[in-house]
Amino acid sequence: MKRFTRPRSMTDEMVPYCPGCGHGIAIRLIGEAIDELGIQGETIGIAPVGCAVRSWRLYRIDMMQAPHGRGPAVATGLKRALPEKIIFSYQGDGDSAAIGLAELIHAALRCEKITVFMVNNAIYGATGGQMAPTTLIGQYSTSYPEGRDPGLVGYPVKMAELIANVSRNSYSARVAVNNAKNVLSAKKAIVKAFRTQLNKLGFSFVEILSPCPTGWKMTPVESLNWIEKEMIPEYPLGEYSTPKNL
Amino acid sequence: MGEKLLMTGNEACGEAAIRAGCRFFFAYPITPQNELLEYMARRLPEVNGVFLQSESELAAISMVYGASAAGKRVMTASSACGIALMQEGISYLAASQLPCVIVDVTRAGPGLGRIAPSQSDYRQATRGGGDGDYNVIVLGPASVQEMADLTFLAFDLADKYRNPVMILADGMLGQMMEPVILPDPLNLDKLPMKPWALTGAKNRRRNLILAAPYTDEELIALNEELNRKYRAIKAREQLWENIYMEDAEIVVVAFGTSSRIATEAVENARREGIKVGMIRPVSLWPFPEKAFKGMDTSVKVYLVVEMNNGQMIEDVLLSVPDKSIVYHVGKGGGWRPTPRLIYEEIIKLWRRRLTI
Repeated sequence: MKRFTRPRSMTDEMVPYCPGCGHGIAIRLIGEAIDELGIQGETIGIAPVGCAVRSWRLYRIDMMQAPHGRGPAVATGLKRALPEKIIFSYQGDGDSAAIGLAELIHAALRCEKITVFMVNNAIYGATGGQMAPTTLIGQYSTSYPEGRDPGLVGYPVKMAELIANVSRNSYSARVAVNNAKNVLSAKKAIVKAFRTQLNKLGFSFVEILSPCPTGWKMTPVESLNWIEKEMIPEYPLGEYSTPKNL
Repeated sequence: MGEKLLMTGNEACGEAAIRAGCRFFFAYPITPQNELLEYMARRLPEVNGVFLQSESELAAISMVYGASAAGKRVMTASSACGIALMQEGISYLAASQLPCVIVDVTRAGPGLGRIAPSQSDYRQATRGGGDGDYNVIVLGPASVQEMADLTFLAFDLADKYRNPVMILADGMLGQMMEPVILPDPLNLDKLPMKPWALTGAKNRRRNLILAAPYTDEELIALNEELNRKYRAIKAREQLWENIYMEDAEIVVVAFGTSSRIATEAVENARREGIKVGMIRPVSLWPFPEKAFKGMDTSVKVYLVVEMNNGQMIEDVLLSVPDKSIVYHVGKGGGWRPTPRLIYEEIIKLWRRRLTI
């Protein structure tokens, strides 16, 4: 008999997210990857603003916060100071693709040996469901209740593709946590992202499609189906770049 | 003590930082700070340090936040509108109780302004500058020698209080050349221990660097803790210089570049037997209120000289004894006073002193 327990690199604190939210799964997968790679004592995490900031409570590793969107710049400061440590930033889509787009793109352009996880739930969760750069065409949000109109606010941003395009020898992948198969693939991508950093190959980025039942005004089950039917066609899963020698 | 060198203020600041053990510098180009950035770009690799030109001031101060959390002595530099962009990160550094040194080689504002030297960042520097109840320690050099000495001191103060320290200079101090004797380099192995730093939680409990605690009560407790620290800094770290204050009846108050210009005016007036002295604040936060408390009652006229529309005068008004009369001479926008202008103001006040 094998007991299902938390990874060693995680605390026993209650997961501080809404029912049906995908953050708990994404955070756990990162914890499992840290355990598997045996890097708990070498890893430093960054939790910027939004729902992602609460992640610091859940890891038994050194952690710090960052101003909204500045995770990749804070990670750069940490990594340049401690080049042998493993540095990751755990961010939302508003944090990385809106207010922090410059910091993310430039960390990627510099090929910083850091890892950024971007949870994409196509909405601003923590502030109550406003439109994000990742919100789908026609999708309801509290700031555009008639649905996203591309004539007014343009089209959803494809972050995994963007990072793959700007960062030489990077690892960039899009995964989802809406079913068991996708969760297993997500875990593999997270491990590869850390390996890219461990082997000092380049920048690593994993975009994680994740449900936000509260923001989407759906049940948890409806949310998982919505990822499959609406999000994945717009945001195809897969690896968009892999470094040489990974 | 080392040999006497001829350097610009920006270079002296950079070299003093390296001698204080600073091995990390993150900044974005802006005039009139560029010589400091370029000096660090050249010098840091020679001492196995890290120079990184960031994509913005927002990113630069966030990189400082990361390197400081790792326990390193770290510096950034900018000017006026660039410092305004950094206020986000400075507020986070203060909230997280992280040390760092920030150099403001001030240009004239508001907005983009122009590159002429100015003291228009006094308020931005000494009032915290960003959101929330916090203060940074602010030091105002008045010579290339002080660009070196105060930068060296700034790293010790930052570590001692776990708080950002700002050097408030201007384009004149940054770019003029003067002889300077640099401080001896510190031994990196003897820098203060930082058990709170993030280094990986190996064989110890995790360290957390948090700008925002989890509960309302914790945030109130953090604010109380910060306030206790600021009171201690106010009690211990006030710095100023008295010039001809023994028998002064009129007191000029000026810092930085304007104090250099005012010193000449005060000396010219002294030669004519006018009893004028000067208080030169060196720490701008904490403001040296001790210099004014218990002032002899024969002094009741103060002349504040600033290269701005009147910012430090607020601190002078809060510090002088009751019934003092405080005048201001100054303009914003890159205006500089001449010794002649200040001298004439002193003469006017001297003639009117019996009727004031």
